[in-house]
Amino acid sequence: MLDDSLYARRVSPLDGAAKPASLPGGVTVRQLKPEARFSLRVKAGAPADAAGFALDQKINSIVVRGGRWSARLGPDEWLIGGPEADAQLIAEEVEATLRDRPHSLVSVSHRNVSLEISGANAAIALNAGCPLDLSDAAFPAGSATRTLLGKCEIVLIRAGAEPSYRVEVWRSFSTYAHGFLVEAAFGLQNAA
Amino acid sequence: MLLIDCPCCGLRPETEFRCGGQAHVARPEKPVDVGDQDWSEYLFVRANPRGVHAERWIHQHGCGRWFNALRDTVSDRFVETYPMGGKPKSTTTEARA
Amino acid sequence: MAQHFRLPSGGRIDRSKPVSFTFNGSKIEGYQGDTLASALLANGVHFVGRSFKYHRPRGIMSHGSDEPSALLSVSRGPGRTDPNNRASVVELREGLVTKSQNHWPSLNFDVGAVNDLFSPVFVAGFYYKTFMWPRSFWDKVYEPFIRAAAGLGVAPDVPDADRYANRHAHCDVLVVGMGPTGLAAALAASETGKRVIVADEQAEPGGSLLHASEETIDGKPAAEWVKETLAVLDARENVILLPRTTVFGYYNHNHVAMTERVTDHVVDPKGAPRERLWQVRAGHVVIAAGSLERPLVFADNDRPGVLLAESVRVFVNRYGVLPGRKIVFATSGASAYQAAVDAKRAGAHVTISDLRLEADCGPELAKARAAGVEVLTAHTVIGTVGAKRVKGLIVAPVTGAGAIGPRRTLDCDCVGISGGWTPTVHLFSQSRGKLAYDEALDAFLPGTSAQAETTVGASHGDYDLARCLTAGYAAGAKAAGSAATARFEATPTLKGFQPVRVMPTDANPAKVRAFIDFQNDVTAKDIKLAVREGFQSIEHVKRYTTTGMATDQGKMSNMNALGIVAGQLDRPLPSVGTTTFRPPYTPTTFGALVGPARDALFDPIRTTPIHDWAVEHGAKFEPVSLWRRAWYFPKAGEDMHAAVARECKAVRDGVGVFDASTLGKIEVVGPDAAEFMNRMYVNPWLKLEPGKCRYGLMLKEDGYIMDDGVVARVAQDRFHVTTTTGGAARVLNHMEDYLQTEWPDLNVFLTSITEEWAVIAVQGPKARETIAPLVSDIDLSPEAFPHMAMREGRICGAPTRLFRVSFTGELGFEINVPADYGRAVWEAIYESGRKFGITPYGTETMHVLRAEKGYIIVGQETDGTVTPDDVGLAGMIAKAKADFVGKRSLARQDLVASGRKQLVGLFADDPSLVLEEGAQVVADPNQPIPMKMLGHVTSSYDSPNVGRSIALAVVADGRALMGTSLFVTTPGGFTRVSVVDPVFFDAKGERINA
Ligand SMILES: [Zn+2]
Repeated sequence: MLDDSLYARRVSPLDGAAKPASLPGGVTVRQLKPEARFSLRVKAGAPADAAGFALDQKINSIVVRGGRWSARLGPDEWLIGGPEADAQLIAEEVEATLRDRPHSLVSVSHRNVSLEISGANAAIALNAGCPLDLSDAAFPAGSATRTLLGKCEIVLIRAGAEPSYRVEVWRSFSTYAHGFLVEAAFGLQNAA
Repeated sequence: MLLIDCPCCGLRPETEFRCGGQAHVARPEKPVDVGDQDWSEYLFVRANPRGVHAERWIHQHGCGRWFNALRDTVSDRFVETYPMGGKPKSTTTEARA
Repeated sequence: MAQHFRLPSGGRIDRSKPVSFTFNGSKIEGYQGDTLASALLANGVHFVGRSFKYHRPRGIMSHGSDEPSALLSVSRGPGRTDPNNRASVVELREGLVTKSQNHWPSLNFDVGAVNDLFSPVFVAGFYYKTFMWPRSFWDKVYEPFIRAAAGLGVAPDVPDADRYANRHAHCDVLVVGMGPTGLAAALAASETGKRVIVADEQAEPGGSLLHASEETIDGKPAAEWVKETLAVLDARENVILLPRTTVFGYYNHNHVAMTERVTDHVVDPKGAPRERLWQVRAGHVVIAAGSLERPLVFADNDRPGVLLAESVRVFVNRYGVLPGRKIVFATSGASAYQAAVDAKRAGAHVTISDLRLEADCGPELAKARAAGVEVLTAHTVIGTVGAKRVKGLIVAPVTGAGAIGPRRTLDCDCVGISGGWTPTVHLFSQSRGKLAYDEALDAFLPGTSAQAETTVGASHGDYDLARCLTAGYAAGAKAAGSAATARFEATPTLKGFQPVRVMPTDANPAKVRAFIDFQNDVTAKDIKLAVREGFQSIEHVKRYTTTGMATDQGKMSNMNALGIVAGQLDRPLPSVGTTTFRPPYTPTTFGALVGPARDALFDPIRTTPIHDWAVEHGAKFEPVSLWRRAWYFPKAGEDMHAAVARECKAVRDGVGVFDASTLGKIEVVGPDAAEFMNRMYVNPWLKLEPGKCRYGLMLKEDGYIMDDGVVARVAQDRFHVTTTTGGAARVLNHMEDYLQTEWPDLNVFLTSITEEWAVIAVQGPKARETIAPLVSDIDLSPEAFPHMAMREGRICGAPTRLFRVSFTGELGFEINVPADYGRAVWEAIYESGRKFGITPYGTETMHVLRAEKGYIIVGQETDGTVTPDDVGLAGMIAKAKADFVGKRSLARQDLVASGRKQLVGLFADDPSLVLEEGAQVVADPNQPIPMKMLGHVTSSYDSPNVGRSIALAVVADGRALMGTSLFVTTPGGFTRVSVVDPVFFDAKGERINA
């Protein structure tokens, strides 16, 4: 038996990052707590479910249900998230429904860091580095897509109608992405 | 910065994409059967037209899919984009007009 | 001199808010709402700088962004100084420190002004003609001279203290300009509810309406109309109004770049950005950028006190400043008459000298005379009197046939000149639209649009206020998809002019200096000379004379230059061509272009989960692509050489631990995974059993080595592929390309897992004993877990993919754990290994250890022209495979020819000499130059385990040269080396299987 003291604890790359208590511009930036996340790849085909989500959701959309979410990032690619404790369960459910169909399920729970930027000017702050049109018409509630933030790739998710966005970023880019969003908030200011 | 119509995602900014050069240059079915001359043409020789050009693009920082595009190399106008393995709707003559 | 030239009332400045600043050390006062130019003029200061080439005194010529001469250094405090600010666009702000430029030792007494006396030698193409020979003078004499003499202003030498922001924005309609045309367009476009952005370079929106005196729109004073219109626009949620915002670049697909000056006008920015770069993607762009006034070309037309006529009007009406008490307006058109009437009303003594015949003038003539202005029609300008300030204007009657009558000097302290108007077509031209010459307007007008764009108003040659409003409204509506129109009633504008290139003169043409391009000091004579010397295209004349090549891009000078060239060649003007306008429209700060991408945000710096531990333990780091990797871990007093030697010994004698997390990792999953691997790598994969690893070698289609790495088969349909650190993205893209475009039928999926797993390499004879107490669910015995095996289990309770692999030649493990557990597992291993003297090592030691074993590093031993056989890896190739990427190319003639460079080891005769990587290898150091190069050193180290220096090299037919001597270049000459086997340590490879 392994001695209790030897059990590894988790360390996030942002644990040591400077996090200003408050930001100007009516924007809040924070790190979300760890979640289970999987990259699911399935070729287009007959309707099917994976972890409780129908695969035929629109490309570049997100569906949220019961603490889990599924973002379809391309014709054959989904990013599925859920509570950390559900990791095993999600994997088993996917394997159960897609057993007979070529697919790939790979855990990316530690690859990705989740940030959240919210507040009335959140979209404008994101536009400091994200070239997409984030207006309600172009990027409404239920949108999710891979895109860019400055010089790093992100997955940008807007689940609800409120101005709150999840930014999924690879862990070694997370200090950059976090710093970029903080700086973007300062960049929102105008002459007093 | 160009605006490119990804067949999966619609109009997206150029920075999300990467150009992969001339389209419709298929890898020979059995490369070992290809002669030296033909093989070197496959490897190294590409068209470089002034005008409409069929190119491969990938939506690298988006859906991650490769697709084809007809682009006018003079005006940078995209005539159309179409999926990998597909054929353009417009003929080259139409595209030039 | 307390604002002696400020009018007692009027203007849009706030007289309740005095603002003080310094100019060349003197304290000067203006008002809130002034520009530097208007404040200087209010204090009677015209002479503000020396010209670029001749160092002639220069003054303020314009009120806007076309100003060529009044370039000042402006400081807002430490780190906030920049040169070449146009005084006419810098808003006055308390405490500005401004200085004139391009003179020494002082503005009033400038040594460089001697250039003016030698101007006959500084003709067009002077530099090209003079600094040609002798050749030995190029570096030592000419270049230092040119560098010292050239250049405007002084670049700042401390880091920019300001913040710069960036913003991507989208709109349906972007309106450029907030003059009457732009405001009307914005009204109409926003009426539809569509998203509208309206930008104007000036601090206050309104354009020409801000200096209107008598003009009314729909019965209201023009300024009133502006105020009401702005209120309407401001109240609309779909409108973004951006004053102080210069649209400087029009790029592909209606991508438009503009800079917003956010805080330069306030004393304390309070952390807000200085400027914001807007990158707008617009559905439709309405260009309502107005027009630029042309100067008249006559002798000494550059004297301080000579302004554009409309600018005189602006200073009077908008800023309440009289640029002179006795003003002469020299003109060939109508608009200057309104300026004259306004200046007269403000109290100046005013005379008009008009080139046009009495009969060719319009209603402006009667209007001016009725206002008490003396008008001399059919008069040309011969020149000016005065040096640092104009004192008089020399005029003479001229007949329609060009005969010049007796001269007469009009005493004055200010001259307003007007040679007509040029539509601002810069942005249209940048959008790749085609310009068309309009003879009646003597101007290039926007012709065929290349993008979704409409140019309207004065930018389209329409100079009548009511017509601008009506056309602007219709264009704005149409841009937003509406057919709405509106009628505007407005005061008729005084317009029309007679184009003139150079004012007729009876002076000796060899002695006349009539400036075309004021910033680059180009005269009419220079342009004529260029044409005489054979330059016929305006693009060539530009480069030869530098006309239009200054920071103002010839906003004032282009049409005059073109006209002179056409006149000299006796060809119609359009056939000479027009210049191509390029971004930026006006000079743009580097800060705005850089935006937030500086310091920590310049580039993402990627660090591993173990990075902080390495920092805490004193590691030195090296950049590897975007990653920072621990390079070596010096102990107190150790230099790099000592630290690396210690680390190298520790791994072979005990155990070392190394952070390999940056290795690229790709999970290849699917029923066809093995088949796909078979096609992508030279090795065979179909029969590799799950739980086994294999070294994989990847080629590009041209047969050259692209990447390598250990691959584990996790399950029948699942491979854990590793790549080099720098190759991670490239390999994934390469695989994805083949998968999607050549073999879409294969059922395989690729996922990057580089960052999912932290990788800890534990290497050395004590590696197994070190990790054993921490690992559960895996039998670590050599029998159960041999070299090149992979097991899944747990370490420190965390899941692991445990590889038994080695890049050192020792017993070794590479431990993959989910990244968040990386640091804790590393620390547990470090604790566990203490009793064996566990030593953390960095990339340098890793390089030495693998070189001792003769293992290649892709990118070090290979350079994109190296085949597997070249580096002795031909044995990796699965001969039985019909195809894999690169296979066919391995049979190309050049790749099978003899004489290819092959990997060998080198021992220098002197065992303490570490050869230089990249050093050339030759057979005979005494052969004549150019020598025949046989190859080069690819890796070279001092090896503590071999006990001497070692080197790897690629040498032509190297394997056949084993045991022979060759020579390698060193900084001190050639040194002799012997060719040896590239495996320097444990040649039998026994240690790895311990
Ligand atoms: Zn896409």
